[in-house]
Amino acid sequence: MATRQTRTLARFMMAPSVIILFVWMIVPLVLTLWYSFQRYNLQHPDRAGFVWFRNYYFFLTDPAFVQAIGNTLILVVGVLLITVIGGVLLALLLDQPIWGQGIVRLLVIAPFFVMPTVSALVWKNMLMHPQYGIFAWLAQLFGQRPIPWLQDFPLFSVTLITAWEWLPFATLILLTALQSLDEDQKEASEMDGANFVNRFIYIILPHLARAITVVILIETIFLLGIFAEIYVTTQGGPGYASTNLPFLVYVQALLNFDVGGASAGGVIAVILANIVAIFLIRIVGKNLDA
Amino acid sequence: MGSIQLQHVNKSFGAHAVIPDASLTIEDGEFVVFVGPSGCGKSTLLRLIAGLEDTTSGEILLDGRDMTAAPPAKRELAMVFQSYALYPHMTVAQNIGFPLKMAGMDKAAIDAKVKEAAATLNLSSYLDRRPRNLSGGQRQRVAIGRAIVRQPKAFLFDEPLSNLDAALRVNMRLEISELHQQLKTTMIYVTHDQVEAMTMADRIVVLNAGNIEQFGTPMELYRTPANRFVAGFIGSPKMNFVDGAEAAKHGAAAIGVRPEHMQVSTSAGAWKGTVGVAEHLGSDTFLHVNVDGLGLMTVRTEGEKQLHHGDTVWLTPDPARIYRFDKDGRSLRAN
Repeated sequence: MATRQTRTLARFMMAPSVIILFVWMIVPLVLTLWYSFQRYNLQHPDRAGFVWFRNYYFFLTDPAFVQAIGNTLILVVGVLLITVIGGVLLALLLDQPIWGQGIVRLLVIAPFFVMPTVSALVWKNMLMHPQYGIFAWLAQLFGQRPIPWLQDFPLFSVTLITAWEWLPFATLILLTALQSLDEDQKEASEMDGANFVNRFIYIILPHLARAITVVILIETIFLLGIFAEIYVTTQGGPGYASTNLPFLVYVQALLNFDVGGASAGGVIAVILANIVAIFLIRIVGKNLDA
Repeated sequence: MGSIQLQHVNKSFGAHAVIPDASLTIEDGEFVVFVGPSGCGKSTLLRLIAGLEDTTSGEILLDGRDMTAAPPAKRELAMVFQSYALYPHMTVAQNIGFPLKMAGMDKAAIDAKVKEAAATLNLSSYLDRRPRNLSGGQRQRVAIGRAIVRQPKAFLFDEPLSNLDAALRVNMRLEISELHQQLKTTMIYVTHDQVEAMTMADRIVVLNAGNIEQFGTPMELYRTPANRFVAGFIGSPKMNFVDGAEAAKHGAAAIGVRPEHMQVSTSAGAWKGTVGVAEHLGSDTFLHVNVDGLGLMTVRTEGEKQLHHGDTVWLTPDPARIYRFDKDGRSLRAN
């Protein structure tokens, strides 16, 4: 804004939306904070009152909490690894001139349009089901005992399902980045004697660095809050084997009816997410500075 | 050593032959320029030599060895691209050293070679910079540096100066010529600018629609163009062509006279005309004269000549310098 006048005007014009956004954010946050200091269980509405940090104490010392943190990390890192590595490889393949390129690309991108509950159901009942699933059928075809995926490898299964959903996103971003690589650069490296592997390491991968950063940042934001996939498939079980932080908060609030404890968990989740965000932006955000 | 031979090279995209049939022998150490209008196939020809495109038929021989099917890396040629094609995430030193690194040379040897190349190209103080922090001319020099470190058999330049401004282009032209004098390596240089071709080349290949129209020294092309296309393409401003009755007087289907081979007089001469635009360059003046019955002609006169729009002038071509062409555009030699 050039002049002081336009700057003041701009402030006035922006004020309504800024105020609405601020209120929208601050009211739930303050309410959650308020509840997190209250003894507030829906089954015992009579025993209410201010309890200082008791809710936090109970949530943090719950053995399920440590497991949930671990599961959250495994889930996020696992999905990131699969989608970034798989995404780079798929993008390299899709960048090749092939017959029916448009259709193939559309098919690859399609899973992203399937909503999480639906894809989780499809995986649960059509792919991983020990009786009706395709995996079970495949196992029997080779004379093996079908594996009850969701019982024996619950976290791995959830990671797989989530990765399947996010792979198209990573592929799409990385493919567009790949297509923006200067053709001359590829040819120059070819003249310089770089074979395909060297070309990938020294030319393609550095070129993709920024796109990979974007994929990691965006995916992390969404993956920290994975809920539907767990709710539909394993219900966080067996035990707490596939419970992540959001699911643990859900368990507190709606299965144990402990609003206070759930609120404390929510606040902890927000704090942890912010810590992760700070580290992420510090580590990978450097790539975004041109 | 770096002699390059093309034998009946053909390149087609589908049914369309970009280069129908090209045969060419480039001697070791020669500076050869491929010149022609845009879309004439000169870049394609260069890319065929580089191995970036596959030939449809014909052979490419480097130092007498058949390299038609060899991948680019095996041909020991270096290429400088129009867009420079530097690696943006690498420093200048890493860019220049990249081909050596790919060749598996050890770090100390690479450093020494990079320093040496940087010194010849005045890049020593920029070795730690990234390409985006360099000017156009410096980037071009880095691209050349990357080409010279591996001591290739020949350098291929694909319109390397077209992204530079006019003053820098003249400078880089001199530097590349100077480099050729130092290295004595074969160079092939593609350009659409006939001035670049004339000033830099030992020999020029004039291309038109994928065909080699003529291959010769700059002065050969200027003095004895093989056909009307070459005559019109080489020389600036362009040669004036006259068809019909006036040409028949000289026993040809068409005649051509260069702007510098005509006398201008305000009193008498062969062709009467009216001055259109006069371009005063200081040293020379180019007059665009509308000659009665023959059309627009360009004449070069000395710079101080004061002629203006609408003046009547007479043009007289130098009879020894009239080029005659038959009806297919081929040159007719004086008999």
